[in-house]
Amino acid sequence: MSSPAQQSAGKPVAFVSAQALRARMHDAVNDPHLRQSFRGAMDFLMAKRAAQFPDQGELDSLRSLSESIRQYSLSKLPDLLEQLEANLTRNGVQVHWAETPEEANAIMLGIAQRHAARLIVKGKSMVSEEIEFNHAMEAAGVGALESDMGEYIVQLAGEKPSHIIMPAIHQTKQQIAKLFAEHIPGVDYTDNVDALIQIGRRVLREKFEVADIGLSGVNFAVAETGTLCLVENEGNGRMCTTVPKVHIAITGIEKVVEKLEHVAPLFSILTRSATGQAVSTYFNMISGPRRGEDKDGPEEVHLVLLDNGRSQAYADEQLRKTLQCIRCGACMNHCPVYTRIGGHAYGTTYPGPIGKIISPHMMGLEQTHLLPTASSLCGACGEVCPVKIPIPELLIRLRGEANSAPHANPAMVGQGAAYDPKISLLWKLWARLYARPATYRAFTWLATRFRALTPTQQSGWTAARTPLKPASRRLRDMVKDRR
Amino acid sequence: MSSPSHGANTPRTYPSRPQAVYFYGTCLVDMFVPEAGMDAITLLEREGIRVIFPDNQTCCGQPAFTSGFPDEARRVVEAQLDLFPGNHPIVVPSGSCAGMIRWHWEKVCAGDPALKARAEAISARTYELAEFLLHVLGFNRKDEGPATTVTLHTSCSARREMGTHLVGRELLARLGNVTLAHHDHESECCGFGGTFSLKHPDVSTAMVSDKVASLKATGASQLVTADCGCMLNITQRAAREDQDAGRACASLPGEHLATFLLRRTGGSPCGDQK
Ligand code: SF4
Repeated sequence: MSSPAQQSAGKPVAFVSAQALRARMHDAVNDPHLRQSFRGAMDFLMAKRAAQFPDQGELDSLRSLSESIRQYSLSKLPDLLEQLEANLTRNGVQVHWAETPEEANAIMLGIAQRHAARLIVKGKSMVSEEIEFNHAMEAAGVGALESDMGEYIVQLAGEKPSHIIMPAIHQTKQQIAKLFAEHIPGVDYTDNVDALIQIGRRVLREKFEVADIGLSGVNFAVAETGTLCLVENEGNGRMCTTVPKVHIAITGIEKVVEKLEHVAPLFSILTRSATGQAVSTYFNMISGPRRGEDKDGPEEVHLVLLDNGRSQAYADEQLRKTLQCIRCGACMNHCPVYTRIGGHAYGTTYPGPIGKIISPHMMGLEQTHLLPTASSLCGACGEVCPVKIPIPELLIRLRGEANSAPHANPAMVGQGAAYDPKISLLWKLWARLYARPATYRAFTWLATRFRALTPTQQSGWTAARTPLKPASRRLRDMVKDRR
Repeated sequence: MSSPSHGANTPRTYPSRPQAVYFYGTCLVDMFVPEAGMDAITLLEREGIRVIFPDNQTCCGQPAFTSGFPDEARRVVEAQLDLFPGNHPIVVPSGSCAGMIRWHWEKVCAGDPALKARAEAISARTYELAEFLLHVLGFNRKDEGPATTVTLHTSCSARREMGTHLVGRELLARLGNVTLAHHDHESECCGFGGTFSLKHPDVSTAMVSDKVASLKATGASQLVTADCGCMLNITQRAAREDQDAGRACASLPGEHLATFLLRRTGGSPCGDQK
């Protein structure tokens, strides 16, 4: 049976997509190589983070400060965005607003065409992944080349990132060596990591010089000064934003903060949570195009501000917390599910816990309603999140949005996508049983007296465990007997 | 209020030793592991505490709450609010049910101020058994058992909602002849997660199999845990592995912390008497 939400979408997409997600998860957990490599990589990242926070008290207060900065920024979001636009414009940056990925791509393609651009060189940007920027450009005959080493590898392999900070974490050095030898002219197979990095650097260097446009993401946009802050380690971000004649930055509307002084604590907790670095190698602050006496820098700077479902999350007090995220990736590094299945199994741009809570706003619940259920609610993500997003609480909320019968004025697109009258009826019966002590006692009396009749096939439980069997007497019987 | 899993690591203040407590057994213990509940009651009574077992108790509502059926959870919670008329502490032999009562009852009742106030009054005096034994009763009895090595699993709710991850360790450390063997990835979930284990058997199985392997690698003679959900998940996975490998005896037997503490300190667990 399909819900009205599904009917309005034409066909029950949810079913197909949920089935595909299950199949990917099944394949991933049964891939020993994947299991081993993600376990190793996540253990490494967890240890690096832990080493950055030896003092629990300092961590607690930095998390509280970071949470309050993000919540304060969001509480003033509409004003801050206006202020940001005004100050960026004053600084000579052209600001564009995009509601959908299509709009964002059209804006950027327009800029590219105005400059007759043939090649866009890209710094790391998850928002550009979110809007499938590379495909959109290539479809229009404009080349888009990733210059972050991980992204470059993923692009060569024709894949998507499997981690928001470490895009190629699923690739072994042997696989990378093969990719380089196959795709880069004149390169022989070598799995020496230093040699591979040198090869990548050489290829990309040449491209920076010929690229017409540089694209980058934004980590923090400062409203009061009109400054775009960019955190990176390879220097490719600085190249993208200074060498080509045109720089386009793209980011989600939630990335704004009011003051420059709000950036420092967020920057510190971001790098320490993400890669376990005290600071990143590069921190770029972009305040406009090249000015008269400047020796370098782009002649034109653009900022594209993307909504893509963010204002839906913003409109709801609880769901708004999703937008506090500073994209550090710590939630995925600590997630026992992500560790088992890797990033690709999710089938979304953002994998892991953050992906489970933000993708439903970007893609609708019809396609994503199974994601929030794929969690044991262990709380490891909420425990490490530097801005204290209550991820388990949001997962529960999203389960409720998906399960409830479709109603008017839903908080989310696709509300009711997993509504199943039979399941809902079962929970109603469950509630009746457990809300009436006498009925509950009768039920448990029967279940224990007739325990021999307990079915031995118990759905997912007996897939891997011996069956559950009620005890011969209940706790309440034992209590009564003893008194 | 927000739970410690969201970073509010405020240490809890504990009351002085009460004369009586309410015992909230949980539906899982009531039907599947009643010995654990009975042994917990015996432990409390042996410390001189009068234990009241409200006969109308059923379930804390957690299965519906975490599955995204808040209305159904509220109906069940509402039926539990009358169980504790006196001012005694409420002791729960499970971190996850204690966490549900302590942090989430007020949320499911949020729509009705009167109900919410009642839920809050109950949340404030709800304790997980292990923390109650350690912090309120100062449990410290002589270990009378032979030397043994055990391994401990602390549930995610005990760890991250109740903030009691060090409590089980401390209680075991007070037993002179017991060595605690730590396992790798100790803070990681065992993969139970209530309906998660039914809805996502592939991932849940991967998680519990890894947990069983880590626990067995310690070479400990048994598992101790203060949560029966995790215990059934882990031991019945281990039992299945034993079955598949044709092993006759359990390679990873497990029991509730209450049962273990009682036996070690001269008591007789009700399961042993048969
Ligand atoms: S949700 Fe929190 S932990 Fe996860 S990426 Fe965002 S900021 Fe980092």
